[in-house]
Amino acid sequence: MIINHPLLGPRDAQEFVYHGDASLIDRPDANAETALDDFHDYLYLRDNPAGSHKELWFHEQGLRSWLVVTRDTTTQEISLVELASDYAKRRGWDR
Amino acid sequence: MSDHILTPLTALGKTTSTTDIIGGITLCENPNFAIASLAVRQGRGQDLQTLLTPVLDGELPGPGRAVLSESATAIWTGNGQWFLMAPLSEHPDYAAEIKDLVKDTASVTEQTDGWVIFDLTGDDLVPMLERLCNLNSKALAAGHATRCLIEHLGCLIICRESGRNFTILGPRSSASSLHHTLVTAAHSVA
Repeated sequence: MIINHPLLGPRDAQEFVYHGDASLIDRPDANAETALDDFHDYLYLRDNPAGSHKELWFHEQGLRSWLVVTRDTTTQEISLVELASDYAKRRGWDR
Repeated sequence: MSDHILTPLTALGKTTSTTDIIGGITLCENPNFAIASLAVRQGRGQDLQTLLTPVLDGELPGPGRAVLSESATAIWTGNGQWFLMAPLSEHPDYAAEIKDLVKDTASVTEQTDGWVIFDLTGDDLVPMLERLCNLNSKALAAGHATRCLIEHLGCLIICRESGRNFTILGPRSSASSLHHTLVTAAHSVA
């Protein structure tokens, strides 16, 4: 499998490590009233879609950057690769 | 202060650098580089660039690139991060020297003894590189530099001349393993 790195171009998937669902970026507020339930959901509840899925990949043996990869779980086709920092900023996080 | 009489050893544990000539390929351990890593502080990119322009004769390199100037080599290693390399004999305390230069625009870390450096020259090194790593080695041109896997080791590969002249930086603690890998690959194509 080849992952088309947004900065470095096509790189072998061997260089990357899968680190879970991209929803892990949206960490709940630990000071909220509902923090206990929020963190339960954050830790244990995952969608398991047959189709397009956003996931976190770490370029461990290369740039050491975090990526959000949009992959179709039924065809393995990768439709979008972006830096996790860009994705997080778009979702309102400061970095 | 006591006067230590110490003998510097190269990464391969010898007093002189090791050279292997295998067919048309020359593999030479290069102990003559001082290395420092540089990480820009938030929002200080332009200030850092201004301070480093005289040293590099130009701009810091972008993703996947290196600047190979007379006085220093700069390699892009990540967003806002670079490796700087210069001759060790002229820069025995390189990290301190760079820190004095860049002041509070960037964080500097000494890297010199963390790495082993191999210079690889030959008429056609592409078949050898194809055996070593999964980069598109034919497409590597002068000034390209990237980190990738060789065997299990994260190495930096700098292209000085397409297909003919490369510099490989690997972890110093695995210097002999990397050397063995490079020699084996060279024998298989020589």
